[in-house]
Amino acid sequence: MSKVKSLADLKAMREKLQSTLDVREKAENPESIVQIKVAMATCGIAAGAKQVMEHMMAKAEELKIAAVFTQTGCMGYCHAEPTLEVRMPGKDPIVFGHVDNNKADEILTKYVMNGELVEGIIPVNYETIDK
Amino acid sequence: MDTVKLTIDNRAIEVPKGTTILKAAQSIGIDIPTLCHFELDGLDVHNRPGGCRICVVEVEKRRNLAPACVTECMEGMLVRTNSIRVINARKTVLELILSDHPADCLQCAKSGNCELQDLAIRFGIRENPFIGAGHEMSQYQVEVSPSIIRDMNKCVMCRRCETMCNEMQTVGALSAIERGFPAVVSTAFNQHLELSPCTFCGQCVAVCPVGALTEVDHTPKIIRAIADPNKKTVVQVAPAVRVALGEEFGMEPGSIVTGKLTAALKALGFDYVFDTDWSADLTIMEEGTELIGRLTKYLGGDKSVPLPILTSCCPAWVNFFEHQFPEMKNLPSTAKSPQQMFGAIAKSYFAEKINCKREDMVCVSVMPCLAKKYECSRDEFKVNGNPDVDYSISTRELARLIKMANIDFASLPDEKFDSPLGESTGAAVIFGATGGVIEAAVRTAYEVITKKPLPKIDFEELRGLEGVRSATIDVDGLKLNIGIAHGLHNARKLLEDIKAGKCQFHAIEIMACPGGCIDGAGQPLHHGNSDIVKARWEAIYRADREMPIRKSHENPSIQAIYKEFLGEPCGHKSHELLHTHYFDKQTTVEVDLGK
Amino acid sequence: MAKYKMHVLICGGTGCKSSNSSDIVENFQKILAEKNLQDEVQVIKTGCFGFCEKGPIVKIMPDNTFYTQVKPEDVRNIVEEHIIKGRKVPGLLYVNPENKEHVSDSKHMGFYKKQLRIALRNCGFINPENIEEYIARDGYQALASVLEQNDPEATIELIKKSGLRGRGGAGFPTGMKWSLCRPNKADQKYMICNADEGDPGAFMDRSILEGDPHSIIEAMAIGGFCIDATKGLVYIRAEYPLAIHRLQVAIEQAREYGLLGKDIMGSGFDFDIELRYGAGAFVCGEETALIHSMEGKRGEPTFKPPFPAVEGYLGKPSNVNNVETLANIPVIINKGWEWFSSIGTEKSKGTKVFALAGQINNVGLIEVPMGTTLREVIYEIGGGIKGGKKFKAVQTGGPSGGCLTEKFLDTPIDYENLVAAGSMMGSGGMIVMDETSCMVSVAKFYLDFTVEESCGKCSPCRIGNKRLCEILDKITKGNGTMQDLDELKNLAKVIKDTALCGLGQTSPNPVLSTIDNFWDEYVAHVVDKKCPAGQCKALKQYVIDPEKCKGCTACARNCPVNAIHGTVKNPHEIDQSACIKCGTCYEKCKFNAISIK
Repeated sequence: MSKVKSLADLKAMREKLQSTLDVREKAENPESIVQIKVAMATCGIAAGAKQVMEHMMAKAEELKIAAVFTQTGCMGYCHAEPTLEVRMPGKDPIVFGHVDNNKADEILTKYVMNGELVEGIIPVNYETIDK
Repeated sequence: MDTVKLTIDNRAIEVPKGTTILKAAQSIGIDIPTLCHFELDGLDVHNRPGGCRICVVEVEKRRNLAPACVTECMEGMLVRTNSIRVINARKTVLELILSDHPADCLQCAKSGNCELQDLAIRFGIRENPFIGAGHEMSQYQVEVSPSIIRDMNKCVMCRRCETMCNEMQTVGALSAIERGFPAVVSTAFNQHLELSPCTFCGQCVAVCPVGALTEVDHTPKIIRAIADPNKKTVVQVAPAVRVALGEEFGMEPGSIVTGKLTAALKALGFDYVFDTDWSADLTIMEEGTELIGRLTKYLGGDKSVPLPILTSCCPAWVNFFEHQFPEMKNLPSTAKSPQQMFGAIAKSYFAEKINCKREDMVCVSVMPCLAKKYECSRDEFKVNGNPDVDYSISTRELARLIKMANIDFASLPDEKFDSPLGESTGAAVIFGATGGVIEAAVRTAYEVITKKPLPKIDFEELRGLEGVRSATIDVDGLKLNIGIAHGLHNARKLLEDIKAGKCQFHAIEIMACPGGCIDGAGQPLHHGNSDIVKARWEAIYRADREMPIRKSHENPSIQAIYKEFLGEPCGHKSHELLHTHYFDKQTTVEVDLGK
Repeated sequence: MAKYKMHVLICGGTGCKSSNSSDIVENFQKILAEKNLQDEVQVIKTGCFGFCEKGPIVKIMPDNTFYTQVKPEDVRNIVEEHIIKGRKVPGLLYVNPENKEHVSDSKHMGFYKKQLRIALRNCGFINPENIEEYIARDGYQALASVLEQNDPEATIELIKKSGLRGRGGAGFPTGMKWSLCRPNKADQKYMICNADEGDPGAFMDRSILEGDPHSIIEAMAIGGFCIDATKGLVYIRAEYPLAIHRLQVAIEQAREYGLLGKDIMGSGFDFDIELRYGAGAFVCGEETALIHSMEGKRGEPTFKPPFPAVEGYLGKPSNVNNVETLANIPVIINKGWEWFSSIGTEKSKGTKVFALAGQINNVGLIEVPMGTTLREVIYEIGGGIKGGKKFKAVQTGGPSGGCLTEKFLDTPIDYENLVAAGSMMGSGGMIVMDETSCMVSVAKFYLDFTVEESCGKCSPCRIGNKRLCEILDKITKGNGTMQDLDELKNLAKVIKDTALCGLGQTSPNPVLSTIDNFWDEYVAHVVDKKCPAGQCKALKQYVIDPEKCKGCTACARNCPVNAIHGTVKNPHEIDQSACIKCGTCYEKCKFNAISIK
C-alpha cells in the first residue's frame, strides 16, 4: 500500500480496485447489462462448465463487455453440457449448448457484441425460481 | 461608536451596538423584570445564563419570545415588553418557578429581601395552578456548614452562585448537577461543603436572589451570652462594617456610622465594645516587620527567602491557597488575621487585665464576611478547645440584633470604643477596601526602613477597583514592587505567575471578595447595584482621612502593648499569640460510586 | 489478487450483530473453506441494509439474492444449495405479504422499491473496514477534486446551490453554515461532526458510521478545507461501540493512505480527526451544548449569538454538521449540484433517512427522496399497519415532534410541510401508531422523555415540562378536569414560546399536536372518564351484567380487594371505588357476565 499523492494517483487506484467490486456493482443493475448464467450442476461441471465460465469471464473483461456471470443449477439439458443462458438487456434469454472456449468467444463477439445469432441455441422450456 | 436604532414599546431609541434589550429599556425607564440576570458594573461580575426566562419580550418577526437580558439590540427592531403574550408568558413562567419553591416566606431568612418574593408581589400571584395534587416539589437535604446554609429546595437555578464560585473565584466548589427537574446547584458528588474546595468566601450567598444560600445565624447564641451574668462579652467590629451598616437602617450608602455602631453595641449590652481596627494596626506591626525581615535578608544576598510575601488577613484567601496552591504555603505572612489577633489578645492580655478566666469570656466579632465564621472555628485558633473568637456575626446579623432590641439606630448618639483595644488609626480603616492592607503596611514599612517621616501618606497608586493592580514604591532608593488582587480569579493569575517564575513583586495583597471587605458576603445585600459598593469604597478612604493618626506604628495603644506585654514585633510572645501556620488541604474526596 | 466469482454480503450492523450475524460470517468462512471455495467466494461483513425487521440479512452477489432472518445454522444450506448448485433457498427468501410469493431481488421488495439511497449508498454494499472498497466506489474523489481545484469558496457555493440542509433537525442550509464560518479568522478552527444521535429509536447516524465511515471522514476533510479548519472532531455517543470502532479503523486507514494528516494528496492542506465521546444526553445534540460537553463542561445550551461559527469549541470558530448531512457531501461534489437539487421538493433537496418503527410491518432504516408522501412511506415501504389494524397517527421528528393523522398522509415530506402540519423533520424518527394507541398516553410518553432529558437550565423546560407531564398523568388516571385541559394548552404554548433551546421549544409538540388532532380523545378522558383506545388502566371499568350473572360467587371469592358484593345465586356487583382493575374477576367468570367498559 502506498500513500495517495494526487488526484491522478487516486484515480489510478480506483481503476485498479474497481474490478474487485464488479461482481457487486453489476449485480445491482443486472437488467441493463448482459447476464450470463452458467449451468453448474454435476453434469455441467463434469463437461467443463467451470473452466468455460472462467475463460468467458476473462474474455468478457478483455472485450470490455459489462456482463454479470452467475452459476445456476441443472437446466435439464444434460445432453448438451456445458450449457449457458445469455440475456441481453431488453431481450428474451437464449440458451446455448455444448459451449467450449471457442464457442464462448463466438457468443461474446458475435451475439453479445453484434447481435448475430450463433449456432447451438436450445429452445427454452424452464422457469427460474424468481419468476 | 456604532449605534443602532430600535423601537421599544412604541418609543424610538438609539443605543450603542451590543447593548442588550434589557439595558436599552432601562435607559428609557422601562423596567423589565429579571431573576437570574446579575451584574456588578466595574467589578467584572456577569451572570447572564438567560435561564429563568422572566425577562422575555416580544420581538417582531421572531418566532419565539426573546430573553431581554441576552438579546442584543439590532437595527430596526420592534420590541414589545408588555404585550398580553409577554405578560402571560412571564406570569406562567413565574408560576412555574414558584411551584417548585417552598412557600415558607414567613420563616425564610431572605423574607423581605428576596428577589423572587418581589416578583410574586409585582405579578400579584394569588393562586398557582401548578401547586397541589399531582404536582411534585423538589426534595433536597438542607446542609449546614460553619458559614453557609444551603437549602436547595429554594434554588431557582439562576446560577449566580455558580458564576461567582467558578468565574469570579475560580474555586469550583459549586456546579449544576443532575438533569431535568432534579437539576440543582451542588458540590461534586453532592458532598458536604467542608469536603469541597469551598473557601467560605460566601460570594454565593451575597448574590443568591432567594433563600437557597444564607449565612449561619449566630445571633441567638450572642443574645444568650449577653444575658449570662457569668460571662464577660467582648465585641470587636471590622472596618468595613462601619461604612455599610447604615444601609440596613435606610441611610445613604457610604454613610460612616462608627459612633452609632458603638452606641448600638453598648445598648445591646456587650460588656466591652472594641475595634478590630486596633488589631489591624497590630497586624501591620507584625506583618510589616515580617516583610522588612524577609526583604532585608533577600537584599543581603539570601535568595532562599520566600518572596513575594502575601498578605494573610482574608480567611477565604487563606482557604483558597491551602486548597489550590498548598505548595506555596510558605509565601503568605504567618501573621494571623486582625480578627484572630484580637481574639488572642482579648483572651490573654485583656482577660488578665480584667481578671477574667478565659472560659468566662465570650469574644464576638462583627464582620463583613462569612469566611470569618469558619476561620474562628479552626482548631489552631483554640486553646484547650476554647476558641479565641467564639462567634462571628455578619453586618446583616448585627442589624437584625439591633432591630430585635428595639434600638432606633438612626437617632443614636455617637459613642466611642472602649479602651484599651479600641484605639486605632486611619491605616487600619483602609483594611476594608482592596489595596488598603498593603497601603497601611507601606506607610509603616517606609518609616521603619528609612527612619524618615512619609512625605505623603496617601498612596493613590495602590487604590482602585481594577482586579489586578501594581505599583512601585520608592522607599528611599529601594524600589518596592507591590501587587494587589481582589476576586480570587485575579489572585489565581498572580499565583500562577509566581509558580511560573514570572513574578516581579516583593509583596502582594490579596482579598477574596471583589472590592475587598466592603463587598464582603456578610454586608447588606446590594442586589447588583455597584454604586453601593463604590459609595462604601469612598467612605473607607474618607474615614481614613478623618482619623487623627494614620500610621499603625503611631497608635499609642499598640506601642503600649509592645512595651508592657508583647516585647517586640515578631518576637517570642508575638509568635506564640499572633502568628499561625498553614495546611495542605488539596481536596481528596472519597466517593462511593457504588450508589 | 484473487478474482472472486461470488460475493456474500452479511450485515454487520448493530441490529443484525445482536442477532448473531458474526456467527453467520464465521460459518460462511468455515464451510466455504471446507468446500475449498474460499478463493472463489468472498465473504464481506457490511454495514446495515436497513431492513432490520427481517435481519440478519445475507445477500449473495451477483445473483442479487436477498436472504432474510438467516440463522447461523442456515449457512450450510445456502452454501450447498445456492453457492454450489445455484439453487436459491426458498425458505429464507422474503415473502411478499400481499401475494405470499417469494422475492429474491431486493429491488422488487416493497421495502426497497421507493427508496433512493444517497446517504446510505454504501451501507450494506461495501466492507466498511476496507478503505479500498470505498475508494473503488469513488471514495475520496470528491476530496481530491476539491483540493485540486483549490477554491474553497467555489465548493461552498456548490454546496449552497445543491440546496443541502442540515439533517440533524433544524434544516439550516449547510453551504450557508460553512460560508458563515469561513471568514472568521483564528489560529485554529474546528470542523465538528455531530454523531450524538439522541432520539430514542433513531439509528440513521449510527448506521452510516457503521456502514460507511469513510464518507464522513471525507466530508469532514472537505468541510475543513472549505472553512479553513485543520482539526476535525467527531462527538459520538459512547453507547455506539461498533460505530466508534469502525470510525477508528477508518481514520487509521485514511491516515495510512495519506488521506488524513499532513499535506493531503500534495495539496498542502493538513487535516486530522479526533473522537470525543458523549455520555448520551439528548440535549448534547444541540450544538452549543455539544461544544460545552466536548470542552468538559456541563452539557447545556447557551444563548446564540455568539454562534459556534464565531465562538465555538474552546472559543474558536467551529462548524457543527450532522452525520447524515456530511454523508451527502462527497456525492454532491462528484455528481454535481444540479443532480442533487433535481431530487426532492422546492425547498428541501435530496433524500432523508428515516428510522421507521412502531406498529408497522417493515420496521427499519429507509432513505427516500424529499417529497415522498407519508402514505408511500407507511404503506408501500413500511408494508402497512401490523395485524391489519387501522392507522391512527404517525409521529415524526423524535420525542419533540408531533403526531400527524390520516389527513396528513398525502403530505409530501419536507421540512416546511412537516412544520406546517404541526410536527417537524427532526433527525428522522418515524413512529407509526395504530388504533389501539391512546394519544394522551402517547403525549405523556414523549413528555416523560423530555422531562428526563431536559438539561434543567431554563425554567420553562425544567419545571414546565414536568408540570405538563403531571397534568397528562392526571388525565390518564381519570382525574383531569376541563380546566386542566386549558392549563395544558396554555402551558404548552408558553414553554414553546419561552424555552431557551430547541429541545424546550419543541418538547410540547406531542401535546399540542395531539390536542389539535385528537381533542375528542382528551375530552373523553376528562368528561366521560373513558379511554377510547382502552389503554389507560385507571379508566377501565369492569361491570357485571346482572342478566348473565348466575351468582356463583367465583368473582367475589377471587377479588383481591373484596370489591365485589352479592349473595349466592343472586347477581353480583362491583364497587367501582374499591376496584383496582386487576382483571381477576374477568378471568374467573365462567358465564361471560363481566365486561370491560
